[in-house]
Amino acid sequence: MPQMNMVQAINEALRSAMRKDKRVVVLGEDVGKVGGVFRVTAGLSEEFGEDRVVDTPLSENGIVGCAVGMALYGMVPIVEIQFADFIWPAYDQIVNELAKYRYRSGGEYPAKLVIRTPVGGGIKGGHYHSQHPEAAFIHVAGLKVVCPSNPYDAKGLLLASIQDPDPVLFFEPKRVYRAAKGEVPENDYLVPLESAKVVRPGRHVTVLAYGAMLYEALDAAAKAAEKGVEAEVIDLRTLWPVDIATIVTSVKHTGRLVVVHEAPRTCGFGAELVSLVVERCFYHLEAPPVRVTGFDTPFPYTLEMEYMPLSHRILPALLDCAKS
Amino acid sequence: MDMMPDIPATFRPEQPSKVIRVLSDDATLDPRHDPRLNESEVLELYRWMVTTRQLDERLVALQRQGRIGFHVGSLGEEAAIIGAAFAMRKKDWLFPCYREFGAALMRGLPLQVFIDNMFGNANDTVLGRQMPNHSTHRASGYASVSSPVGTQITQAVGFSWGAKIDGKDVASLVYFGDGATSSTDFHSGMNFAGVFKVPVVFLCRNNGWAISVPVERQTATRTFAEKAAAYGIPGVRVDGNDIFAVVSVVREAVRRGEQGLGATLIEAITYRMGGHSTSDDPNRYRATDELKPWAERDPLERLRQYLERRAQWDDRKEQALIADIDQRFRAAVAVAEKTPPPSLETMFEDVYEKPPWHLQEQCAEVLRGPRAPSSHS
Repeated sequence: MPQMNMVQAINEALRSAMRKDKRVVVLGEDVGKVGGVFRVTAGLSEEFGEDRVVDTPLSENGIVGCAVGMALYGMVPIVEIQFADFIWPAYDQIVNELAKYRYRSGGEYPAKLVIRTPVGGGIKGGHYHSQHPEAAFIHVAGLKVVCPSNPYDAKGLLLASIQDPDPVLFFEPKRVYRAAKGEVPENDYLVPLESAKVVRPGRHVTVLAYGAMLYEALDAAAKAAEKGVEAEVIDLRTLWPVDIATIVTSVKHTGRLVVVHEAPRTCGFGAELVSLVVERCFYHLEAPPVRVTGFDTPFPYTLEMEYMPLSHRILPALLDCAKS
Repeated sequence: MDMMPDIPATFRPEQPSKVIRVLSDDATLDPRHDPRLNESEVLELYRWMVTTRQLDERLVALQRQGRIGFHVGSLGEEAAIIGAAFAMRKKDWLFPCYREFGAALMRGLPLQVFIDNMFGNANDTVLGRQMPNHSTHRASGYASVSSPVGTQITQAVGFSWGAKIDGKDVASLVYFGDGATSSTDFHSGMNFAGVFKVPVVFLCRNNGWAISVPVERQTATRTFAEKAAAYGIPGVRVDGNDIFAVVSVVREAVRRGEQGLGATLIEAITYRMGGHSTSDDPNRYRATDELKPWAERDPLERLRQYLERRAQWDDRKEQALIADIDQRFRAAVAVAEKTPPPSLETMFEDVYEKPPWHLQEQCAEVLRGPRAPSSHS
């Protein structure tokens, strides 16, 4: 099985989807000849032509609005927003249009498309190349939100997202685009949406993480194990609808919960995860749930490593949680 | 291009005079832009314009009686709305703003389905999920209505752009008002259509007002049509109260699309004779004498005069038509009022194709919980 990084795995998924279905088109800024600023769409323009791999004008609102219309026609658009930080001009089209089209048309017009976008910090990108805005989309009725952490899941989840009948926001953790490597089958396969994965079993504390922060959680868990604390680390993979069964099973087993995410804490996805767990596992909890997150500030440039919930912050949190 | 010296001066002090007009005051047609409609086509258009207006008046009355919650009408704009839809081919799609129910009816939306939407009942195709007039009818190629004023513009562009990539000759007509030209989607949609030569007809119903805000507060350009130049597409001004002119310019725009020449922006000059909707009182921001010149240019009156001069219409036919509309309207309302509201479960359907666990839980919560005080008439 070939070794790949996430960029290559996502590229493989796009290429395969475009080969199998002529309706699949890729739209975005710099996705054509240059193959995207992260090279995720490299080579697609050469293989499928400029009509299906479209370098668009620099307007996220225009890209998504047009993609909604294309989807209504019957195409399967896959949009690349160059950085998640640039997605806000398209927010109206995503929230009020894309996410609502099936509902408000009584099911007459499902508007199906996938929006891929790199998220997260740790690349010296400053506020406008580092945000991790999942909560603003999870809050929106009608959207599914996916965030893979490794090449295998990235390919399988993207293929599943393209097949899924609902609109999907596909957040790609750019910090590990190339750092995360692994075996990826050449053939198509699906990683089902709404399925989390226990990536490290443990019995003392449950750690929920996703994207690039999964590696920080695993690092903290390995260090905690040296101190006798066995953390169970779950990669959520699909953020919404989240795999609640896997989470509840784990927390009922460990009695303790630590949630990790890069985004700001207040009203972040961690708030929802903690609520869901408290509602379902209150009498199993041995300690207050803990959130290890980015802070409620804009994403800083120079101090980004202090902002991010890296292993050095996760480790004490899960040791405290396990011992309290 | 025709001169239109008699357009009311209040409309825009320094507006240029080039406005395409076909139906003159003496009820003759200018051969330069005459769409050469046959007698039955003209009668059909007239009937749909009358139908639209009659329904508008009755729906406002229903709202005033508290029997429906809302209506947003097209009083005075019937020629622009009906004429543009008529000029499109059956395979083309319409992306409405929210004032275009007349176009949907002409394209095949059954009256009963429309009235069910006005009541938001169980037979409403959108299951009472939106306000009245926010209907949908796929069989008529009528896209879903949303309240934000410009969002349908980029969608219309994407729709016919998708058809173009697919190698199919399918155009779209997108309706929007003068207010929507200030929106991001107007700029994005026009720009994308220009760059990718998309066969889309941008129909700006310049009706003078965006709720209470006059056109002078939307733009500093002399016309809306001239904005097209910024996007490399042609812009045309047309007398929006002259249905022959509207049909003519929209047909020409469709032809341009067919020939691979891309999009056209049409500014249909008309006037919103009513309020923005049943929710506002235009007397608070608009002098009533502003209506007078436009009342004299009423699109229905002008077409009726044309038909009467040709002995194709008379009072007896008018009364028969109105009686027929009234009878069909009353029957549809009677059915719609008796139809129950959508079931509670429908609130949770179509959010996704299949309700995920959280919506199943929330649906069960509503079903076993207490009922809200009924707000359904």
